[in-house]
Amino acid sequence: MGKEYNQVTGRIFDIQKFSIHDGPGIRTIVFLKGCPLRCKWCCNPESQSAAIQTMVRNGKEEIIGRDVTVEEVMDEVLKDMPHFRRSGGGLTLSGGESLRQPDFASALLQAAKAAGINTAMESTGLAEFSVIENKILPWLDLYLMDIKHISSSKHKLFTSQPNERILENAKKIAASGQNLIIRVPVIPTFNDTPEEILEIAQFARSLKGVTRLHLLPYHRLGQDKYAGLGREYTMAHIEPPTNEQMEILRQVAATTGLQVQIGG
Amino acid sequence: MRRWRSARTGTRRICSEQQRMRRSENSRACMRALILAAEYAALEGTMEKYYSGEIKKSERIPRLIARLYDHLPEIEADRAVLLTESYRETEGEPIILRRAKAFRNICHKLPITIREEELIVGSNTKTARGCQVFPEYSFDWLEAEFDTVEHRSADPFYISEETKKTLHEVYKYWKGKTTSELATSYMADETLLAMKHNIFTPGNYFYNGIGHFTVKYWEVLNLGYEGIMAKTQAELDKCKVTDPDYAERSSFLNAVLISCQAAVDYAHRYAALALQEAEKCTDRQRKLELLAIANNCARVPEKPARNFYEACQSFWFVQMLLQTESSGHSISPGRFDQYMYPFYKKDMEEGLITREFAQELMDCIWVKLNDLNKCRDAASAEGFAGYSLFQNLIAGGQDEEGNDVTNDLSFMCIEASMHVHLPAPSLSVRVWNGTPDEFLIKAATLTRTGIGLPAYYNDEVIIPALMSRGVSLKDARGYNIIGCVEPQAPGKTDGWHDAAFFNMLRPLELVFSQGEEFGEQVGLRTKPISEMKTFEEFFDAYKEQMEYFIGLMVNADNSIDVAHAKRCPLPYQSSMIDDCIARGKSLQEGGAVYNFTGPQGFGIANVSDALLAIKVLVFEQKKLTLTEYKDALDHNFGKGLSKEWVEYLTVQTAENLAKSGHSVGKKEIQAIAETIKTTPVPAEKQKKYDQLLEWISEVPKYGNDLLDIDKFAREVAYTYTRPLEKYRNPRGGIYQAGLYPVSANVPLGAQTGATPDGRLANTPIADGVGPVAGKDVKGPTATANSVARLDHFIASNGTLFNQKFHPLALSGMEGLQKFTALIRAYFDQKGMHMQFNVVSRETLLDAQAHPENYKGLVVRVAGYSALFTTLSRSLQDDIINRTTQGF
Repeated sequence: MGKEYNQVTGRIFDIQKFSIHDGPGIRTIVFLKGCPLRCKWCCNPESQSAAIQTMVRNGKEEIIGRDVTVEEVMDEVLKDMPHFRRSGGGLTLSGGESLRQPDFASALLQAAKAAGINTAMESTGLAEFSVIENKILPWLDLYLMDIKHISSSKHKLFTSQPNERILENAKKIAASGQNLIIRVPVIPTFNDTPEEILEIAQFARSLKGVTRLHLLPYHRLGQDKYAGLGREYTMAHIEPPTNEQMEILRQVAATTGLQVQIGG
Repeated sequence: MRRWRSARTGTRRICSEQQRMRRSENSRACMRALILAAEYAALEGTMEKYYSGEIKKSERIPRLIARLYDHLPEIEADRAVLLTESYRETEGEPIILRRAKAFRNICHKLPITIREEELIVGSNTKTARGCQVFPEYSFDWLEAEFDTVEHRSADPFYISEETKKTLHEVYKYWKGKTTSELATSYMADETLLAMKHNIFTPGNYFYNGIGHFTVKYWEVLNLGYEGIMAKTQAELDKCKVTDPDYAERSSFLNAVLISCQAAVDYAHRYAALALQEAEKCTDRQRKLELLAIANNCARVPEKPARNFYEACQSFWFVQMLLQTESSGHSISPGRFDQYMYPFYKKDMEEGLITREFAQELMDCIWVKLNDLNKCRDAASAEGFAGYSLFQNLIAGGQDEEGNDVTNDLSFMCIEASMHVHLPAPSLSVRVWNGTPDEFLIKAATLTRTGIGLPAYYNDEVIIPALMSRGVSLKDARGYNIIGCVEPQAPGKTDGWHDAAFFNMLRPLELVFSQGEEFGEQVGLRTKPISEMKTFEEFFDAYKEQMEYFIGLMVNADNSIDVAHAKRCPLPYQSSMIDDCIARGKSLQEGGAVYNFTGPQGFGIANVSDALLAIKVLVFEQKKLTLTEYKDALDHNFGKGLSKEWVEYLTVQTAENLAKSGHSVGKKEIQAIAETIKTTPVPAEKQKKYDQLLEWISEVPKYGNDLLDIDKFAREVAYTYTRPLEKYRNPRGGIYQAGLYPVSANVPLGAQTGATPDGRLANTPIADGVGPVAGKDVKGPTATANSVARLDHFIASNGTLFNQKFHPLALSGMEGLQKFTALIRAYFDQKGMHMQFNVVSRETLLDAQAHPENYKGLVVRVAGYSALFTTLSRSLQDDIINRTTQGF
């Protein structure tokens, strides 16, 4: 029947409904497990390892990660079909980094398009471009791409990976005509100076067809998870940026002519 | 009815827009878009159908509101005195005429007052937000609460020593003459027993007038009472003295004439008062206002209104006098935007009124709706907390031919609630597939303020639901909402909505004890749980208990119904509801075109979760027996015995001691109670109870978009909605179920023991048709999908679905759009009603700690909004604990 994608399996760790800040309309986010980056501020540390893990939450052990078929995921996602239909919403892939499971991500996107819903992916774009080009873009309506820093050394220091390929891929994705929004997590001590934000904004502005930039203020909601995983949270001393600081950064970024918003 | 702004005006606006845009950089693309828009508009022959923008608030409004809330509301005795005075003079006359004459006496002598700066006048108390009392329905409770009513937690009222003395005298006359006493004497013994055990409470109409209707406001606006009286006189002229029904018919018609004239006389008193005050007034502006008021009151409601201002005044007299005739609440203005629209449209077209002044007049009415008040007994006050009269006003929707008739006034109704930010009116909006998006967005903008208004109603469910009860297509399309959530055809219905609260958890408790409670056989003697082999046997026993108690509730309601017909038929309201005049019968005697009785069941979520827990744990996984389950429930899972159990065990022990020859006095009883309360549960048992709670928590719950679970909840709801359908009321109508608890889920939960869903004794029951608080963990869309799976059509007396959002979820235009999409999606799936609390948990906690800073904080309680700080602590806690969704 040509629906082989339904039987593709992959590893996820959560499905979240009524997401209203990650793409158009009301969306369901599927979180794929595994990420090549190790961002110090990551609010989903349980997403990083590709392995199934145990995390202690509220004093109870919880198994993080399960292997599922695309069909199983879509059964859950499509329960909100009436809401997608009314709002123009749909499926958002997040993670982890979805590109770590390219066949699974591709199959999910194909299934979503076959069901007639909007597709989006939150991703940092760290993969061979041919993977993105062939497995993702044909079925993707909106790419929400993270650009965290322009300096590769600082990027590596805070995320464990250099950024050359990320920036290169951003250019190629933009050149392909893909609807692309650049998102910047604003992390104090890492990239929260006006200069650093401006640099990212200028890079975003240089991308073909890109008109929108989201500044996502750092928050500490993931802090307890580190303890639950038996890991140290090294950002505990960092205060989230104030509304005033964010507004200054927004204005700075907006000087590039981009539409800049705080939050997704 | 629609105001179409001409295409030419639209095009002109576009042209000026074009000039502006031409200067901009992207002029070419913009031009193309604008030209396309203009062509589209010309094609449609329209640009904008209505004004949807903001309208400036008059400075008068905040001052009117401040005066409303600068004192504790007060109980006044004038109406009771005048009523009794008239009754004493009319002994032996037909009751309908006695009612009319009493109403006339009240209209002629009730003290009248024009409050400072008012533009719309007519108050049934001397002080703002005061209330009159209605001894013809019941009075014992108030006399018993004379000294506590001022300090009680829910809805306190000040009462002066003099008023107490006056009422005490008045009450002597009413002993044995009230509707409440007659109703009690009509009820079967088993009914009274079931009520004593709080299986259901018909308190509303048992102690008060009925209300719960929408009269033909439009007839008063368009014909005036002179027109209605002419129609009545014509009917009277047709009566022949030889007609078999001459006595009752002619008495009724005469009573209508007296009542209508009384209303006219009342307005004329206001005209005279306004004139008097105008003469004395030195402020030129106010003098002119008072003269205008005098003019209005001399004209309406006697004669047809000629303009929007007169229509507003006429409307108001009707609205307030209805609430002087009887103590019924939920007297609902209904489709104000529809029947007022012709007056507004004409004035606007002729340039007689500005939009701002029309808005100011509506704002004044909105304030006045909060000026009316009612004192209920302490227990009912908890159930209806927030001084609410449930005057439901609805905007938008279709006409009787199925056209969307959203108009300027629909938007201005929402604007008025934004301006006054008060609980009344209970503002509702009608939503259907043809509802313009901008109207929903405007409504959502009001929701976002956190006022809990408006409530959203789905035409696509309500119209067929009403038709399934015999309402014609035309009438069903014209529906409005009564009180909390109850749909009906305005001006034609005596709906008896809210006829009782039926606690669906109580019959479940009684299944465990074969219908016995605290030594009394309250329910049916169903099969002992120890002999039940299958879940079906248990479920069947529940259904049997349900059927039995539903029957008793019908007996209670019908008894009360007859008592109202015999003792309090009401001619004034009957003059404005079809087909009372043609039938020559009051509303209470079956004069309305459509007659219903709509008692509401609540607790679906708890019962559903409870039955499922039993099914899974006892019959499928066989983790424990029903007897062990019962033991855990009786001991409230080891979390402290319920007060009922302590009382019961104390009495038992005391009786046993007495029987065995010990003397048992007050002191001994206290000691027994103390021992029972403080005796700890053995550790071994506690472990079992904790284990059971753990198992229960693992069973899937209603409200998480799980198809099988939700289907089961649908079955559970049928145990209430289906048996009710077969009963009839004394007015010739049928019973129809509602599924909502108003705010009674808190006080009635306090009377309910522990339940198998893990709910502890005396804690609140789930709100409306929503899931148990905190058990829905998949977010608002999943909850909405679950709730939509109930059969909302059969609950034609209304269902109530409450969701609470943090304001962040509605931020920006995008937030509003996504929010309205959620409503539309719930309605696509055939949900009936939705309402929202948009406020942060922190705000509510802070309001609890510092009520003085939050006097104006309005929250949605159930079918209505109330000031948060006026609610009792437990209800406040319940509102705080409802799951916050939207992150």
